[in-house]
Amino acid sequence: MKNLVILGAGTAGTMMANKLRRALDRDEWNITIVDQFKTHYYQPGFLFIPFGIYNKEDVIKPKSDFIPSGVNMVYSAIDKVEAEANKVHLEGGKVLNYDYLIIATGTKTYPDETPGLQDKLWYKEIFDFYTVEGAVALRNYFKGWEGGKLVMAITEVPYKCPVAPLEFVFLADAYFTELGIRDKVEISYVTPMSGAFTKPVATKMLSELLEEKNIKVIPDFYIERVDNDAKKLISYDEKEVDFDVLTVVPVNMGDEMIERSGLGDDMNFVPTDKHTLQCNAHENIFVLGDASNIPTSKAGSVAHFAAEILFENLLNAMEGRPMHAKFDGHANCYIETGYGKGALIDFNYDTEPLPGTFPLPGIGPFGLLKNTKINHYGKVMFRWIYWHILLKGKEMPIEPHMTMAGKKKVN
Amino acid sequence: MAEKTYAGKTVEVTDEGYLVNREDWTAEIAAEIATEAGIELSKKHYEVLEFLRKESAAGTSLSIRKVGKSGIVDIKGLYQLFPGGPLKYSSKFAGIPKPASCV
Repeated sequence: MKNLVILGAGTAGTMMANKLRRALDRDEWNITIVDQFKTHYYQPGFLFIPFGIYNKEDVIKPKSDFIPSGVNMVYSAIDKVEAEANKVHLEGGKVLNYDYLIIATGTKTYPDETPGLQDKLWYKEIFDFYTVEGAVALRNYFKGWEGGKLVMAITEVPYKCPVAPLEFVFLADAYFTELGIRDKVEISYVTPMSGAFTKPVATKMLSELLEEKNIKVIPDFYIERVDNDAKKLISYDEKEVDFDVLTVVPVNMGDEMIERSGLGDDMNFVPTDKHTLQCNAHENIFVLGDASNIPTSKAGSVAHFAAEILFENLLNAMEGRPMHAKFDGHANCYIETGYGKGALIDFNYDTEPLPGTFPLPGIGPFGLLKNTKINHYGKVMFRWIYWHILLKGKEMPIEPHMTMAGKKKVN
Repeated sequence: MAEKTYAGKTVEVTDEGYLVNREDWTAEIAAEIATEAGIELSKKHYEVLEFLRKESAAGTSLSIRKVGKSGIVDIKGLYQLFPGGPLKYSSKFAGIPKPASCV
């Protein structure tokens, strides 16, 4: 028997376990998937929790519901990968041998990387919404909040779901408007980038939304530390931003296991061939989802499209054939803008988000770089698709490669 | 897109003044782009630019933190070299694309 081991049973790992169990002969291949946690989180839903649109129960299900029979699920923390020996060492000393390994351990938030973030105001007046705990704590805080300075701040790039903090400020604008206290809430968006939008066409099409919603953008602000007593963000060049409540995207890095295994870069992301998805250092290791360093968004849609490429390449590699499938960095992301509307972007390594229709050229129903009600319904429906189709590795009517059909070139 | 002449060479630049083709870059062009931004490039500046060019050519996504860990200069020092927006200015002088998010 040969062994395929998948590290991480999140979106990426779970999809691969389902696809590969259907494809690989059960008499020939053992499939083992390892994760230390028993709960699967629908992470796109975290964003809605602070505004009372979803609650915790809407975003969690047992991981075991999505692991097919014939796949050995191991609940354990991972000590390290010993790539030279084709072994995975689990916490407690158990060892898994592998012929092929898929690393899908994702990215994590590290608030302790920013001095003063995880201090006395943490989960009291400073929150994140990248964990269910942070999102729920912020929900409880907002229930009693009467207004003041709300600051959404990004500490570092790259981070998971690059549009989420934008969606957060749009939803906050709508939420406090509906509560009737919008005039008492000052919303700021603090980013180390040159603006909330950085791509030329998206900037043209969407940046008016920020003005419309009276959201102040503070660009080029790279946070050095948070002063808990004065309630200020302080940048490396001594600029300051005051807050009453701070929502933050903490520094994102890969799992510590990657560092212990000597497989990562300086942010613990695994250097990976951006087309084949093979680990640069080891032929029999592949990397899927946020754990890799490929230069596209860290997002579930990317993991989904990349999974189809990885599937083809892995099956070919197993049979000694050349890997011909090439990932193009395709991402497809809804941007909630509040009041039951949303925008949609579709892009890859080489093509920035462009206006048009998706997925059917000229028909839609979704509008690219347009703020529409139907785009919002797309996001709402997506939760059902995620649990019932996507995680189970079933076919979706969208090609893994980005297409220019339905997109308009803009100069 | 537009054309500009730096150090006697005509090069294509984006609307924001970033070189379109990284092969066009020379140390002299870097110096003139920096002068436009009011910065005189020192040896230390050039070390940062070489680091960025090397990492960018290898397909790495760049961040201020990554430059801070390069051993060339720490983040405070990077701000002193390129005040206001260290990565966007250093990228511009290094002839590599402007740091961007997905939208």
